[in-house]
Amino acid sequence: MFATVIFAGSLEFVLVGLVTAAAPLSQIAVAAFLVNVRHIFYALTFPMHQVHGTRAKIYSSFTLTDEAYALTMSPEAKGWSRRRILAVQAPFQVMWITSATLGALAGGLIPSSVVGLNFASTAFFLVLAVEAHQAGRDVPGVLVAVGVALCARAAVGDAMLAVAMGAFAVFLLIRFTLTSPRSHA
Amino acid sequence: MPSTGYLVGSVAICSAVTWALRALPFLALARLRHSALLPYFARYMPIGVMISLVVFALRDAPVAHPRQVAPLAAAAAVTVALHLWRRNLLLSMFVGTAVNVILASLVFR
Repeated sequence: MFATVIFAGSLEFVLVGLVTAAAPLSQIAVAAFLVNVRHIFYALTFPMHQVHGTRAKIYSSFTLTDEAYALTMSPEAKGWSRRRILAVQAPFQVMWITSATLGALAGGLIPSSVVGLNFASTAFFLVLAVEAHQAGRDVPGVLVAVGVALCARAAVGDAMLAVAMGAFAVFLLIRFTLTSPRSHA
Repeated sequence: MPSTGYLVGSVAICSAVTWALRALPFLALARLRHSALLPYFARYMPIGVMISLVVFALRDAPVAHPRQVAPLAAAAAVTVALHLWRRNLLLSMFVGTAVNVILASLVFR
């Protein structure tokens, strides 16, 4: 049920922990905000102008996941149509919901001696980082990104995503105003 | 067992906050569409997002225990190298994860 209505992976895991601890609703709202505030940064660059129609836009914004964002950021996605973007997002939603259900059922079948399967998500983001780097070719940006991510990890722990992405966005903003020929501020 | 109202309330709040965060920026940014800032962010922001996600995914890695970090490091190196070579997302993910599972489950127990 969590998987269908909220459709936000990391938040669902946090929520299960909070609900079993009977946390107050206000704290749950704050956690939801912290875990998912990164979506603000996705909105900065997601090709929503190519998704026409109110209902399609609403669906598209609901299913704007890390994975969907990552895929539409690839260079080939520049000219993607509404149909193509939605066609990317829908399978992610279906996959996430079915695998969450299957995972809950099958999770118990994997022997406890098999560890490390959770590396799949790391590998996924690593691959997308490689893709992002080949599209952007920005070595100083990579170094700054690693730096702010590690600092955010050390400073705020599990709430690091929003802090790291926010700090990186500020870095880009400063660099943009410093390097652009005209002032855009 | 928490009450049904509490469960429904917590799910509703998470759902509303999540969707608001995903949808509202689009309304606010509609006017920014034509500034030079957006293409700039479109080009340089993704790497920052991805690196944040990688660090986030590895946030519980036991950095003080080399024997437990070794499989992660090897798997990460294999994933990146394989992807630079073949550029196949599923292949890189699958092999990288397999390397981690094999090393962590059998070699570096």
